[in-house]
Amino acid sequence: MAKIQVETQINGDQVEYLCEPNQSLLHVLRDELQLTGTKEGCGTGDCGACSVLLDGRLVCACLVLGVEAADREITTIEGVATDAGLHPIQQKFLEHAALQCGICTPGLVIATKALLDKHPQPDEETIRYWLAGNLCRCTGYDKIVRAVQAAAEEVAA
Amino acid sequence: MQSRLISLTEDRTDDRSAGCFVLFSQSLSLSRTNQMAEAQSVRRTGFQYFAPQALDDALTVLAEHTALGERVQVLAGGTDMLVQLQSVDRDPRAILDLKRLPETMQLTVEPDTVRIGSAVPSAVLNEHAALKRLFPGLLEAADLIGSTQIQGRASVGGNLCNASPAGDSIPALIANAAVCELRSSTGARELPVEAFVVGVQRNALEAGEMLVSLRLPVPPERSADAYLRFTPRTEMDIAVAGCGVRLALDERGVCTAARIGIGAVAPTALLVPEAGAALVGTRLEDTALAAAGAACANAANPISDKRGTVEFRKKIIAVLCRRATAIARDRALAGTMAG
Repeated sequence: MAKIQVETQINGDQVEYLCEPNQSLLHVLRDELQLTGTKEGCGTGDCGACSVLLDGRLVCACLVLGVEAADREITTIEGVATDAGLHPIQQKFLEHAALQCGICTPGLVIATKALLDKHPQPDEETIRYWLAGNLCRCTGYDKIVRAVQAAAEEVAA
Repeated sequence: MQSRLISLTEDRTDDRSAGCFVLFSQSLSLSRTNQMAEAQSVRRTGFQYFAPQALDDALTVLAEHTALGERVQVLAGGTDMLVQLQSVDRDPRAILDLKRLPETMQLTVEPDTVRIGSAVPSAVLNEHAALKRLFPGLLEAADLIGSTQIQGRASVGGNLCNASPAGDSIPALIANAAVCELRSSTGARELPVEAFVVGVQRNALEAGEMLVSLRLPVPPERSADAYLRFTPRTEMDIAVAGCGVRLALDERGVCTAARIGIGAVAPTALLVPEAGAALVGTRLEDTALAAAGAACANAANPISDKRGTVEFRKKIIAVLCRRATAIARDRALAGTMAG
């Protein structure tokens, strides 16, 4: 079966790839483009480890087809830090020890970015509801919430 | 030892074939290692993908594949379909993506009518100020479905077409007298939303036909809706029971019209005319609410499963009806004061 050629923008770069019609964006990112920062947890949209931004909107890359991403703007974890250094969200996750095994972290950082883009100063309840689709089996979430709160202060400052 | 291993393998196969990923795609399921290994061994042949930019082109794709007897599946948000595609339903097919069509992505508020395209994600609905004011209950129902990530993709139209008994948006659509606008290459037809779902995961679409949009009447003054569901957790869960209510009041606060839809307590979401009738002509005092609740419990025909028993569901649907009606009443009265 012929693969489909897709042109799109990932982390500000124009990108071309070939993918199967039924291949998920997650597998395109990881297997075709070697952007392995985006993790596969459940593969069924339950855990949020594969969170990316699609035209600025938070989605699970496992629930998007690679072919659907044509002519869109995608942001993955690889696009969050800059040459100047880590994004404040990443820095605060480090400082607050908001990770242990790290599998959920790229998805949580992306989800937090989407949260702060929309709600620059979220209260704790907003943070917890917004991140309810990102499962973490290590931290118990509290350190993550504190890191998000600190990042919100930093970004707003 | 060997037979033990074999039986473990069979257990896993049984788990997968139980269909739980279809019905409960938003439930927690992290044990995917075996499925991933299996997915990689499946030959990916025979899939096609279409993302037309004109409705007529989409209808042609549907008609041509249908005429040839080839499977074609419409894709909106994909939050159910992609889960199925990677688990219980991997068969090749043509995928027809609706997200580049103006008609299925429309969100229009006219003086008498609101139209919601079948592929508009819930997150977009909930960012629309006029819709939030007109249909707070419907938007609450849509907002309950899945995580922020799911909200970014999942559409009310897809929730309806997926036709789960527990679909949260369906009772709210029923309460709001939504009409399904269907198209095929040979014509158009309409169905009231309560007639669209015909069974567990079965809808009334014919071969070659698709849901283009949902049409809702703009509510009159002194009218409001509400949706409540019962779940053990507050987030990321599936309804044990759900109730949508739309009320209209006159200037004295007397109920002039009421529509009540119930979900997860029968094979399909149901319109309960007896519950609405119990409210019309009253001032929505406690006795009227209790009568409407009793009508819902009477109409319910639930099953017992891991989320609730028949007895519990019949009891809780009456409670949800009373509470949702009270919320809709208070909203309608507050709107009167604000207006």
